[in-house]
Amino acid sequence: MDLSLFLPDLVLAGAAIIVFLLDLVLRPGRKEPLGILSIIGLLATAVAALFHIGVRAGAFGGLWVVDAFSTFFKVFFALAAAAVVIASLDYLRRWLTYPGEYISILMFATLGMTAIASANELLTAYICLELFSFSTYVLAAWSRRDRKSHEAGLKYIILGAMSSAVLLYGISLLYGLFRTTYFPEIAAALRSGQEFGPALWVGLVLVLAGLGFKVSAVPFHIWTPDVYEGAPLPITAYLSIASKTAGFVFLLRFFSVGLLPLVESWWALFAALSFATMFVGNLVAIWQRNIKRLLAYSSISQAGYLLLGLAALTGQSPDPAATGMIFHLAGYGISNMAVFLAVIAFYNLTGRDEIRDLAGLSQRAPFVALALTAGLFSLAGMPLFAGFFTKFYLFTAAAQVGLLWLVAIAVLNSIISLFYYLIVVKEMYISEPAELSPLPVPALVNVVLFVLVAGQFVVGIYPEWLIQWARAASAVLTS
Amino acid sequence: MLTTILLSPLVAMLIVLALPPHRQFAIKVVSAIGAGITLVLSLYMAYDFLVNGLSGFQYREQIPWISDLGITYHLGVDGLGMAMVLLTAIVIFTGVFVSWKIEYRAKEFFALLLLLVTGVFGVFMSLDLFFFFFFYELAVLPMYLLIGVWGSTRKEYAAMKLVLMLLAGSILVWTGLLALYVQSGINSFDFLRLREVHFSREFQTLWFPFFFVGFGVLAGLWPFHTWSPDGHVAAPTAVSMLHAGVLMKLGAFGIIRVGLELLPEAARLWTPFFIILGTINVLYGAFSAMAQRDLKFVIGYSSVSHMGYVIIGISALTATALNGAMLQMFSHGIMTALFFALVGAIYDQAHTREIAAFGGLARRMPIVAAYFTVAGLASLGLPGLSGFVAEALIFLGTFQYNWIFGILAVFGVVLTATYILRLLARAFYGPLNPAWTGLRDALRSETFAMTILVLTLVIVGVYPRLLTDPINTTVAPLIERVGGLK
Repeated sequence: MDLSLFLPDLVLAGAAIIVFLLDLVLRPGRKEPLGILSIIGLLATAVAALFHIGVRAGAFGGLWVVDAFSTFFKVFFALAAAAVVIASLDYLRRWLTYPGEYISILMFATLGMTAIASANELLTAYICLELFSFSTYVLAAWSRRDRKSHEAGLKYIILGAMSSAVLLYGISLLYGLFRTTYFPEIAAALRSGQEFGPALWVGLVLVLAGLGFKVSAVPFHIWTPDVYEGAPLPITAYLSIASKTAGFVFLLRFFSVGLLPLVESWWALFAALSFATMFVGNLVAIWQRNIKRLLAYSSISQAGYLLLGLAALTGQSPDPAATGMIFHLAGYGISNMAVFLAVIAFYNLTGRDEIRDLAGLSQRAPFVALALTAGLFSLAGMPLFAGFFTKFYLFTAAAQVGLLWLVAIAVLNSIISLFYYLIVVKEMYISEPAELSPLPVPALVNVVLFVLVAGQFVVGIYPEWLIQWARAASAVLTS
Repeated sequence: MLTTILLSPLVAMLIVLALPPHRQFAIKVVSAIGAGITLVLSLYMAYDFLVNGLSGFQYREQIPWISDLGITYHLGVDGLGMAMVLLTAIVIFTGVFVSWKIEYRAKEFFALLLLLVTGVFGVFMSLDLFFFFFFYELAVLPMYLLIGVWGSTRKEYAAMKLVLMLLAGSILVWTGLLALYVQSGINSFDFLRLREVHFSREFQTLWFPFFFVGFGVLAGLWPFHTWSPDGHVAAPTAVSMLHAGVLMKLGAFGIIRVGLELLPEAARLWTPFFIILGTINVLYGAFSAMAQRDLKFVIGYSSVSHMGYVIIGISALTATALNGAMLQMFSHGIMTALFFALVGAIYDQAHTREIAAFGGLARRMPIVAAYFTVAGLASLGLPGLSGFVAEALIFLGTFQYNWIFGILAVFGVVLTATYILRLLARAFYGPLNPAWTGLRDALRSETFAMTILVLTLVIVGVYPRLLTDPINTTVAPLIERVGGLK
């Protein structure tokens, strides 16, 4: 067996273990090298993943695959985690304890995600899912002094464990029916024309519920606002970007490889979930006064657009809807990261997270305000920014399979979301600030923000290269 | 050529962003140069169109962009596009000079203004419907901050209302564009290629109102016009100028380009309905303008009323009326920009726009009063000014279509004359209200800008063929296509 197929994951696991062990040696207050080391480790993971461009191979009898899809998301997760670590550096110093454990657990969570991108079988995917879920349960409760963080951790672990149980039960039912957990073999069994009866639907719905929890689809989203609000901000960013994407990676591979023959039957489920998720996320977000809760609901609504992509899967190769989802996930990741990084920088300097506290940010920290505005506009799908193109692509794909009515709903929701994003922008640019002292934003944060904003513009203006990559990634799912 | 026009405000914006905020003079000069380049180039285009008798889409540039969706960066202007680009260039150039006195966060103001105008240019030039929509939304978004930060009178409410209403209109447009794209089956957003596709009658009938109403929101179509007076009043002067002068034309332009050109059969079916709405626009706008006590609200409602003529002119589907509608788009753009520039000049000194509070301003502000009179006369359609030609053509065309609408439309002029003349008499003439002895005339930068606008009104009014000839090259094939009266 070719061990090189595990290269990125081994690099990441090695780096995580080194950080963990080094933490034991370093004296308290001298933990800075850990952050730098983990950033290097995560970037090395991304580079290692890039070695697999053009590779398509399986290991352990097809249980583990390396293809354009896995490569795309391994790079995505490694970069997202690196950005979260950078966002955490200041935050850790100011508000949290035990930086070594924090960073290494974050890396283990990322390992679960890079691995899930390669999982071609239900149990492997489930184990990867649990690896990152458990890591994030712990991280959500990391803020020892903050009782909300404890509450967040507790809620998250109880509800998360329940959703895992539901998912596992669904998987066991499917295994009972198909006698296999491998995605391609499930597809083959379905194509054989065999009748599976209602148990198939029970299993499918349970799997969908379990994964719906991870991507915070309505009605499985109840945990999201509380956990997002209570968790330390960088962890909120991590949940909103990486954890959600990992859920979609699982969904995409399972439904577009394993369950595609049944697409005629399940697309309506996704359409219904998408409909509910968009409306609930956006309509509730309007009323939020806390930036974390606002971003929680905004993140719920974003899941709605992605579920629209799942409803529009057809199984062409490459599938435009799957391409659109991958493209949108990338754009969403960049935009949301910029938003969170800006909010974290603000919180580090002021300790505040109400929307009205942002008043006058455009004068106190012009670049942070600009980055936050760009990110929010991108999330709303406004032109020049990534979100416009990614949404346009995704919606066009959905329109092509006859889901134009749902696309119209999604466009309507984009405008609703613009309303509450504009409220944030209003505070930053229009409202009179209570104080005018400039905020000393660390240089590293400014640099990363600049990269993210530039990335949004590149994706928002000329994304041909990214679309081609996303196409290559989606092509392997259906051929 | 077109890319240069498109990019010069954008490049100017980037330079402005790079300048330190206290270098205000440099910021303004850079903005003026960016706008000036567009003006020079679009004047050259107008000359080219006129002298060489160009027709069809000229100055085309095409670069593949997104192969998957068949999106290309495709620019080109026909007679109408050229007139609109020229209008935009004139208004932004004068707008920069009218804004010369802005000192509060000037850097951000000019950057946003230039970004906004880039979007406007993009819409008028795009021959790819993706980019058309891209620039369309880009032209709306900066409005929020421009009104919210630098505006007056319920500015936050007006800014939010304006942006949300206009983008709500774009929901219809976006959905409609995707429907066109899917239905055509040619995997292309290219306007010229989509124009070759024959869409079935049922399809056209279903989707035409999406475009008419979706774009109509931006054109101030009744009953979706309510953002417009609030927005115009709240916006700072240059933004009102651009907004009423140019942005509302984007809506009318979209109706013509996408609605009439791509769905011609449905146009015949639906326009009798929309001509009614247009007539309501004219009369409702004029009556509302009569009832206003705020100078800027009068101009705001008069814009609603005048855009009604454009909608009538489009909906009558006769060559004469369509010519008139397009000329009216240009003429009203210049005229209303002049109005807002003048109101701005008064408000900045007087800090009120209450008509009843003024009186005899002509004695203290002779230039402002004289120019206001010119704009007012253009507005009520005095021969020799551009408004006359445009409205006369619309009336002629509308009478050809149906005399009832013709009479109602002409009645609108009577109403316009009433509120404009009353306004002139109350605010500018008569005895001087002693409270205003301290007023001085317009600043030099303002006078410069306003003189350009007045000259444009006069030149087009005296020799309208400068514009009607190129415009007619767009109208003639379009009317042929729609099957309207030639």
